[in-house]
Amino acid sequence: MIFPDEPVPGYPMPILPGHTSPGRFERILRAGHFVVTSELAPPDSADPAAVYERAALFDGYVDAINATDGSGAHCHMGSLAVCALLTRLGYSLIQQISCRDKNRIAIQGDILGGAAMGVANMLCLSGDGVQTGDHPEAKPVFDLDCMSLLEIARTMRDKSTFQSGRKLDDPPRVFLGAAANPFVEPFDWRPLRLAKKIAAGAQFIQTQYCYDIERLQQYMHTVRDMGLHDKVFIIVGVGPLASARSAQWIRSNVPGVHIPDSIIDRLKGATDQKAEGLQLCIDLIQQVKEIEGVDGVHIMAYRQEHAVPDIVSRSGVLNGRTPWHPRAYDGDATVQQHLEKIQ
Amino acid sequence: MHPVWTHPVRPHPAAIAELPVYVIRKWSVRHARLLERIYAGVERALLMAAPVINRIGHERLEKPVAAVEKTVKGVLFDCQMCGQCALSSTGMSCPMNCPKSIRNGPCGGVRADGYCEVKPAMRCVWVEGWQGAQRMKNGGDIATVQVAIDHRLKGSSSWLRVVREQTAAIEERSDA
Repeated sequence: MIFPDEPVPGYPMPILPGHTSPGRFERILRAGHFVVTSELAPPDSADPAAVYERAALFDGYVDAINATDGSGAHCHMGSLAVCALLTRLGYSLIQQISCRDKNRIAIQGDILGGAAMGVANMLCLSGDGVQTGDHPEAKPVFDLDCMSLLEIARTMRDKSTFQSGRKLDDPPRVFLGAAANPFVEPFDWRPLRLAKKIAAGAQFIQTQYCYDIERLQQYMHTVRDMGLHDKVFIIVGVGPLASARSAQWIRSNVPGVHIPDSIIDRLKGATDQKAEGLQLCIDLIQQVKEIEGVDGVHIMAYRQEHAVPDIVSRSGVLNGRTPWHPRAYDGDATVQQHLEKIQ
Repeated sequence: MHPVWTHPVRPHPAAIAELPVYVIRKWSVRHARLLERIYAGVERALLMAAPVINRIGHERLEKPVAAVEKTVKGVLFDCQMCGQCALSSTGMSCPMNCPKSIRNGPCGGVRADGYCEVKPAMRCVWVEGWQGAQRMKNGGDIATVQVAIDHRLKGSSSWLRVVREQTAAIEERSDA
């Protein structure tokens, strides 16, 4: 799927009225499509081929790829570098920015740098605590939190200044996102916290893994009552569970992931637990899609990234739409020229 | 009905409650309404004393006032003296005790029993703060976005800052 005013696919497009970014992702959401995003597991490697291979797994199945920023407080290739490699090929990236490892000086520099490389979407996160990761002895920075980060990113875009008030020559034209977790305490505050993120600048939301449809429905009910679904695009996080055992491990060890007993029982009862995990993910996507106010799904298939195309096609969420990807244009002379220029 | 389920990892009960700072912090949140009223009184008194404070000089008063503030708020809230106190908008639960210094509400890692993901023996300061805010008259202020903190103010008195800000606001109004 390409837009008529997309000169070279993947290149920044004209910013339409009411839009804030030149990216395809914002266009697709605002055009009313149900979007699919996924996250790329950044390699523990200095080889760019590892990044290209991982991105290619999603070709034709996702509208944007999240470049995680030391997720789970584990050390991997940096978010900005993954974005640099992939925006050159035309991919739509969501640059994740965590407050754990960098202060406001570094973060604002990364926002400018990301936008300069063609990143049109940024996801502002507080970040996991260092204790969950492979370097628990590291110094947690947390100069900002997700909310003050959103506010600063919006100021840079809309007022064209740094937080200090110093003028920018050219503002980062970005579509700003934030995370939400409707599945943990305090439940009655979660929709209000969403409102707060919108007030701070969030335009789209990607949620934590959803394994509890009832809880999500309750949350979305309140969100609709507050009219928030008209102010922000909500993309619900989903992911395949490999087995009942791994589900149990995740819920005990990964902060913020809530997996009800019924899910674990369903996996336990299956003869092929892995296949059941995929089917469960597909069922959840289809249920999530029916909820009013949900604009897409974010598939986090940790260590099962190769299963994403199968999940997307079997769930039918794209309604026959094929998201843009570089390989689809192999035969296209304009794209070829473009790729030769940048590679 | 939402199915009832329990999180398999719970902090050991003995590890939870009995740290004295947590006990007092919890008391403060439970009495958020009372403390809100007391603080309103303190602020009124400070503003009444503003002419005297301004005459003595903020620089000269900074050290002793900060010391008093640190002691009082340290006992009640485990105050970290960020110098830009937001307790009135945080349900009387000090956000600087959040291991991620989040000043705008709970992160997504809150444990099922309301405990902190980083410090499993501590109640999430924002789960506490949310309960405190329900008890306060102006608890709705918890919805205000707190912008990025100024780290230069760490250790300085918020009370004196309030006096300076209010005095400046009054002067501005009389100028206009």
